[in-house]
Order: sequence, then C-alpha cells, then structure tokens
Amino acid sequence: MKPIGSVHDIPLGEGRTFAVDGRMIAVFRLRDGSVRALSAVCPHRGGPLADGQIDLKQVVCPLHLYAWDLATGCSLSGQDPVTSYPVRVDDDQLFVEV
Amino acid sequence: MRQRLVVIGNGMAGARTVEEILARGGDFDITMFGDEPYGNYNRIMLSNVLAGIEDEAGIFLNDLSWYAENDITLHTGVRIERIDRYARMVYGSDGSTTGYDKLIIATGSSAFVPPIKGAHVPGRGYHQGVFVFRTLDDTRAMIRYAKEHERAVVIGGGLLGLEAARGLQNHLGHVTLVHAAGHLMNTQLNFQAGKTLQATIEQKLGIDVVVDGMTTEILGKHAVAGVKLADGTVIDCDVVVVAAGIRPNTEVAAVSGLVVERGIVVDDHMRAMDEEDIYVVGECAQHRGQVYGLVAPLWEQAKVLATNVCATNVSAPNVGAPNVSGTNVSATNVGGTNVGGTNVSATYHGSQVSTKLKVAGVDVASMGLSQPERDDDELLEFAEPKRGVYKNVIIRDGRLVGATLVGDNSKAMALIKAFEKGLPLPDNRAELLFDLGGPAAEESVDDMPDDEQVCNCNGVTKGALKACVDGGCKTVSGCMDATRAGKGCGTCKPLVQRIVEWANGGSVEEDPAASYYVPGVPMPKSELMAAIRRHELKSVSSVFATLGGDEDAKSKMGLASLLKMMWAGEYVDERDARFINDRVHANIQRDGTFSVVPQMKGGVTTPADLKRIAEVAERHGVPMVKLTGGQRIDLLGIPKEKLPQVWADLDMPSGYAYGKSFRTVKTCVGSDFCRFGVGDSTALGIALEERYQGIEGPGKMKLAVTGCPRNCAEAYVKDLGVVAIDGGKWEIYVGGAAGAHVRKGDLLATVSSPEEVIVLTGRFLQYYRESGNWLERTYAWVPRVGIEKIRAVVVDDAEGIAAALDAAMDAAVGAYRDPWKERAEPATPGQFRTSLPLTVLPQVPVRA
Repeated sequence: MKPIGSVHDIPLGEGRTFAVDGRMIAVFRLRDGSVRALSAVCPHRGGPLADGQIDLKQVVCPLHLYAWDLATGCSLSGQDPVTSYPVRVDDDQLFVEV
Repeated sequence: MRQRLVVIGNGMAGARTVEEILARGGDFDITMFGDEPYGNYNRIMLSNVLAGIEDEAGIFLNDLSWYAENDITLHTGVRIERIDRYARMVYGSDGSTTGYDKLIIATGSSAFVPPIKGAHVPGRGYHQGVFVFRTLDDTRAMIRYAKEHERAVVIGGGLLGLEAARGLQNHLGHVTLVHAAGHLMNTQLNFQAGKTLQATIEQKLGIDVVVDGMTTEILGKHAVAGVKLADGTVIDCDVVVVAAGIRPNTEVAAVSGLVVERGIVVDDHMRAMDEEDIYVVGECAQHRGQVYGLVAPLWEQAKVLATNVCATNVSAPNVGAPNVSGTNVSATNVGGTNVGGTNVSATYHGSQVSTKLKVAGVDVASMGLSQPERDDDELLEFAEPKRGVYKNVIIRDGRLVGATLVGDNSKAMALIKAFEKGLPLPDNRAELLFDLGGPAAEESVDDMPDDEQVCNCNGVTKGALKACVDGGCKTVSGCMDATRAGKGCGTCKPLVQRIVEWANGGSVEEDPAASYYVPGVPMPKSELMAAIRRHELKSVSSVFATLGGDEDAKSKMGLASLLKMMWAGEYVDERDARFINDRVHANIQRDGTFSVVPQMKGGVTTPADLKRIAEVAERHGVPMVKLTGGQRIDLLGIPKEKLPQVWADLDMPSGYAYGKSFRTVKTCVGSDFCRFGVGDSTALGIALEERYQGIEGPGKMKLAVTGCPRNCAEAYVKDLGVVAIDGGKWEIYVGGAAGAHVRKGDLLATVSSPEEVIVLTGRFLQYYRESGNWLERTYAWVPRVGIEKIRAVVVDDAEGIAAALDAAMDAAVGAYRDPWKERAEPATPGQFRTSLPLTVLPQVPVRA
C-alpha cells in the first residue's frame, strides 16, 4: 500500500483525484468516515468521477449521471465497470494499493 | 396442508390470474385444466398469425416449462364437465375427478355462429370450408384451407371479422366482408366513423364490404360455393369465416347450479354468486350486468381475484378477519379496482372500457359513448374522408365520456387517460383532437422498430427499454434509472412511459417514488417541507438522518436547493450536497473543464467590461469565447484550478450560467433607441436581474423583457417574459419555453408600472420555488397547477399568502452573496483541484 496524502485533503462526502504510479485514482471520503477508491475516469465519456456526488453506496458521474458502486466499481446503470482499489486510513494517512 | 386451487380454463384469464396469485406469494397446490392441447397463448395475436406477421411460437405467453417451474399440474385437452359444489370436486371429460378448496372458473368464450342455413352439416360439424376464428387450431385450419382456395366471405364486420378479412388476404385472392348492421364495428363506432373505416378498408386494402347484409344461407353441396343474403344477393366464394361475435362459455357453471345470465354472475370480489370458494374471471364472468371481451378488464379482475384468493388462504379459522400474512395487496390498485389499506379484501368496480388498436391495419381507438346521448352533451367532430380520418369527442359536465378516433391515433393515449381518470379538460376543446403547437404527435409504440432511438440525449432505444422490462424492471422510473432514458432533456419521458407500459403488456406498476420530491426521501414536496419545518432541519444530512434513512447521492442536490429556498440565510451549507457546478460556481464541460459566464445584466455591457473580458481571455488562453443565448459572454474550457484566478482577473459577479437558478434577463433595446419601443425594457430587465440574481429554484429560470409586442427578446417563450404594450402597460407571460420543449407562456397579468412587474415576478418565482417539483420547469409547472390558480394566488392573493411569498423572496434576495467572491480561500480543501489529468496532478513519490 502506498501513502497518498492526508484524509483531510478530502472534504467529508466528496472525492479528490490522486495520481499514483501513473494511474488516476479517485478517492472518496464517505459521510460515515470510511474511504473508497476507484479509477478516476468515467468509462462512459471520460467524466471526472471525483467531481461526482456520492452517498454510502454510489458515485454519480457529473457529466451524464451514470452511477457506479463505490465498493465494487460495478455500474449501477448498465455501463462498463471501473476498477476499484483497496484503500485505508491509518493515523489520518490515506493508503491505496495499486 | 396446502390448499388445493383448481383453475378451469388455461387461457389468458386463467393463466394471468395464476400469475397474479403467485406474485402475491399465494401458497396453493395448483391444478389447471385447459380445453386446448397447448400452454397459454395470446389469443389477441391470432390475427397476426393469420396475417403472417407473427409465427405461432411468438404468441405463447407461458410455455409448458412455466407450469413445471411453478409446480402447477396442467391437464391439457381435458374439458371440465361438471362441478360438485358440495363435494368440492370437478369432473373431467377424461373421467377424472379432482378435489378443490378454491376453484377458479376461467372458461372464456366461444365463437358465436348465428343460425344460418348450411353452416353445419348434420353429424359432421361445420360445412366444409366454413370456419370460426377463435383458437389456434381454428387459425391453423383456416390458413391451410385458404391457401388452396380463391375467394373468402367473412361474416361479421366487428373487430374480429375485420382482422379475419385482413389476415385472409395473405392467403387467397379475394375477400368480401358481410356485415349485418349498417356500418362496421357498430358496437364501438358511430355511423360516420364506421363509414370512414369502411372506405379505408375498401380503398386501401381492397376488401369488398357489404353492410346491411344479413347472411341467410351458405351454399354448396359438398363444400362451400357461396353465401346468400336476405335480399337474394349471392356472393360466390369457397371459404366462409363466421366472426359474428362471441358467447361466454357458461355450460359447466349452469349445469353445476351456479347463477348464469349472459355470463356467470359474480360479485365485486369476483366470486360466483353466493359461493364462498368459487371465483370467476375473464370473458365468462358477468359483473354488474357487464360481460367484457377485452383484455384490460380481465387484468383488473385477475388482480382483484388473486388478492382475495390469497387473503382467504389463511390457517386461522376466522376467515373474515384481515390478515396479510404471505399476501401482497398493495400492488392491486389499478383502474376500477380498489384495495383498501387495512382490509385485505379487494373489490372490482367494473372497467371503463377503452381500446386503441390497429384494426386491419387501420388505427382505431374508441372509448365510452360513440355519439352524444343528452341534449347538453358537447360533441366535437372532425372528418377528413380523403385521408380516412374521423375523430370525435363527447363531453358531459366537463368530463370526457366518449371518444372515437379512426385513421389517426395520435391523441389516443391522452384521451384514454382523460377518459379513465376523469381528468379536467382543456378550455380549448380542439386540443383534445389535435396537437396544437405541443410536442410532436405520438406514434404507436407497436409500430416502432426495436432499434429506434427513444432517448436522443442518452441514446436509448425502444429495444433497450423492452429488455429492461423483460429483465424484471416493471416501473417507469426504474427503467429510466437503469437505462438513463428520459434523464437528459426529459422531452422523451412520455414516450418512455408508453414504451414501458407497452412492454409490460399495457400496465405498469405504480412507482410510489414518482410522487416524491427526491427519490431518497419518501415524501411529496409539500409533506417534505412541512416535516423539514417541524423538525427544523437545516442541512441535507439532517434531512436524511431524520426523514430518509440512508443518504442518497441523487437526492442531495434537490434537497440542498429546497433547504436553501426555505431557510435562506439560516441554511447550513454542506458542500458535498452540491452538484459540482455549485461547488465551483461554473458549468462543467464534456472534458471536465468549466465555462465561465460573467453577469451582464439585461445583456447590456460597456467597452470597459468588454476590454477586461478580452484581456482575461487572452491572458488565460481561453480556447473559446462565445455569445450565449441569454445575451452574455461565455469563456469556455477553463480548467478547474484556474477558476479563482479567472474570476479575480475579471472581477465581475457570477452570471449563474450553471445552476438550477435564476439565470438571466434577456432584453431588447427598448424605448431608448428603438423607434418601435413602447417601454424601457432594458431598464426593467436590469432591475429584475439586479434583484433576483442567483435565486435558486426547482429548475432554471430564464426571463426576458421586450419593449414592444414585436418580441425581439423572445419574452413569450421564457419562464417569465414581460412585454411592453402601448399605453405604458406591461404584460407578464409565464411558463413559456423554447428549448427541448416549446411552449408559449400564459398571460399572468397586465400591469401599469415596472414596480408592479418586479413585485409580481418575485411572487411568481417564489410560488414556483415553493410548489414546483424538483427539476420541473415552469413550462410543466404552470400547466400542472393551472394559470387560473396561479393568477389567483399571485395576482389576486386569493389564498392570502401573497405577503408571505413576498417576505420569503425578500429573505432569499437578502441572503444573496456573489459566489465568485469565494476565491481567496477555498471553501474546502482542494475545492479547485483538478479531477482529471488535464494537467499533471500532484504526483505521489514512488518508492522502490
């Protein structure tokens, strides 16, 4: 697992994009305090998933409002899946495995 | 022990009822008896089989594996001859006896053959070459025989006869239709409609039609050679199809002692008269004197019956007591049926019969009366014989009581809805018959090819929607969520609804969520607002926590808008509740960059402002500078991280070109310069924008003020448009649109001063903000609420809430802050950090 920054880099309920080993990864901080990480680019038309709205289950791409499961990366609206990455918080530090 | 359920009849009614029972979790040992040697097929489609449009395999609804999967014992080719109501046994034609606890009779009907000389050969059944048109076997036999013969006569000019005539044309050279009454489809159509249909059938299809033709004899010694009519006319033919109507199959009920009139008499619970455990459904049932021969009533009956059968299937002895274990009653609430909330017994109140179909290739829709009955019934009638079009509507006491459409079904769905639901009708009655400047005419879903694109925004085809329904999604909103059809501009929503209904076989499950303000909180807007006030909920997360359970991403933006409207300055802003546009005060573009539109009140600018915009565009290498439709300047392609710098360099207020909010006021030059202008439209437009800038609402609000009725600022097609008219007066139009939907606004009021315009605009917008559904634009909201009601509230203060509306708007105006001032310090960490690899992101050092 690689450290990518502080959990406080991400406001509660939002997402931010990080570049890790040349990969674009959107990390989301859910309102229950947990974190999720998905590939940052929407497979539909390349929208920025980190700019999408989230709840405890899904992220909704801001461009055309297709939704993906935050835990699995599976599409909830019939699109291709996105990659999901293991991510955890340790002492306020974010770690992601690519 | 499980109760034994026996179903006599394996047609559409019987099988559908069993499906409804299974859907309610009914736990029975089910045995079905079918006269025909097949699984259950769609009898309506036999016309298509005859016409060669559909093959036999395509019309089966439940094949034999369905019975096995659901543990149903099916006896095909067995006719039940007698019911012993006391011993609870049924006796089959094969000598079998079967016991039941609950019995359902769904025997359907048979073809009715009038007493015509020569129709039958003693001891042999029908004369060779004479057919009826009722079953798959009838259809097969007819096709086989017709292929080897030349001329057919169809007796009966009703729906079935017309379909038979049309279908036979595929198999032989010449078809004559003989009808005893004075015009075709005389039970559904009036004389003129019938004549219009006849002309089309004769001219377009080449079928000879004889009306007032009573067939008295079928001629021919060994095989059919012709038919003879009452007036002595002889029509040569070698095939005769008798399609003179149907009669309910009531023999088994009658010999078993049940009450039989025209059909088997049932009560509102779909039970046979005075029988606790015998139910009847479909064409063989007579309910309140009515026997139905169409499929829609049958479906309603099946739901009621299923609910009742399941409700009585309880182990406790007190049968009358409400008990919902294992049953699901909530789904049954369709059309004329009604299921009480606490009592599980469902009742059927009869059906409003309406049909919309293609009869022999001609569109026909009919409902209720075919002609006026009372002196004060309103009749609207339109005939265009050259195109084969006839339409009428009959109105009584402001409600639609009958309608007929021949040759043009474009208004059928709207009329059926108005007829079945008793909806209020437009003042301009002509709108019932024609689309007047509304959306494009409806096309028949059946006719659409599967690959036809329905949602042009998200590229969803009819086939994709059908697949979604077939995959188990039964609600319109569910299919819209799954496919995103109708989630773009929204114009296709009515069509999506019709396709989902069609794919579901005509009915959709009511989605309770359709009435919710947002999907994640189960309340309509007014109820939601009351709850928010009661609990003093000032943040989106507190609404979920108190009213909704789990937070829902798709509900956050709507709730944020509502709370801001309700609490103005007291609203607790949680940034994650905002859509990205509202987080960074710019409109996201396809590549993840943003557009920046500075405010330009009333579309009026200055050389200094233009220079500054030009300099900023140059300095930041803005890829595109474009004029907007709302008379402003758009800087496109700004990366997120550059937004604060661009705003700082511009040092102008936001033009709000991104929110569900007050956008802009478009104006014309007005009286200052224009030689036609009669009012100072620019001054008023600027004043309106000054006051209402940035106010959020259920949808965006685009305004215009134009200085004379030439309407250069397009005020008639704005959410609110103001038109100066001679004499110093101003007209205010509301609910207009010229986007995906085009609508001319309704005149709200004519006032004498700009001050009044400003007050009424605020009051109108506030009323819309408080009662409009999320994302419901004024072009939908105004007709939904009704311009009269809106005028009463906004102009005449009929409900005494004008002062409250004005005060709420004042508070909203007072709470306005220019969002572009939020630039020195980000509101959240990384607010303006890029989310896409447009530029190099902060790279995490890679450690080996």
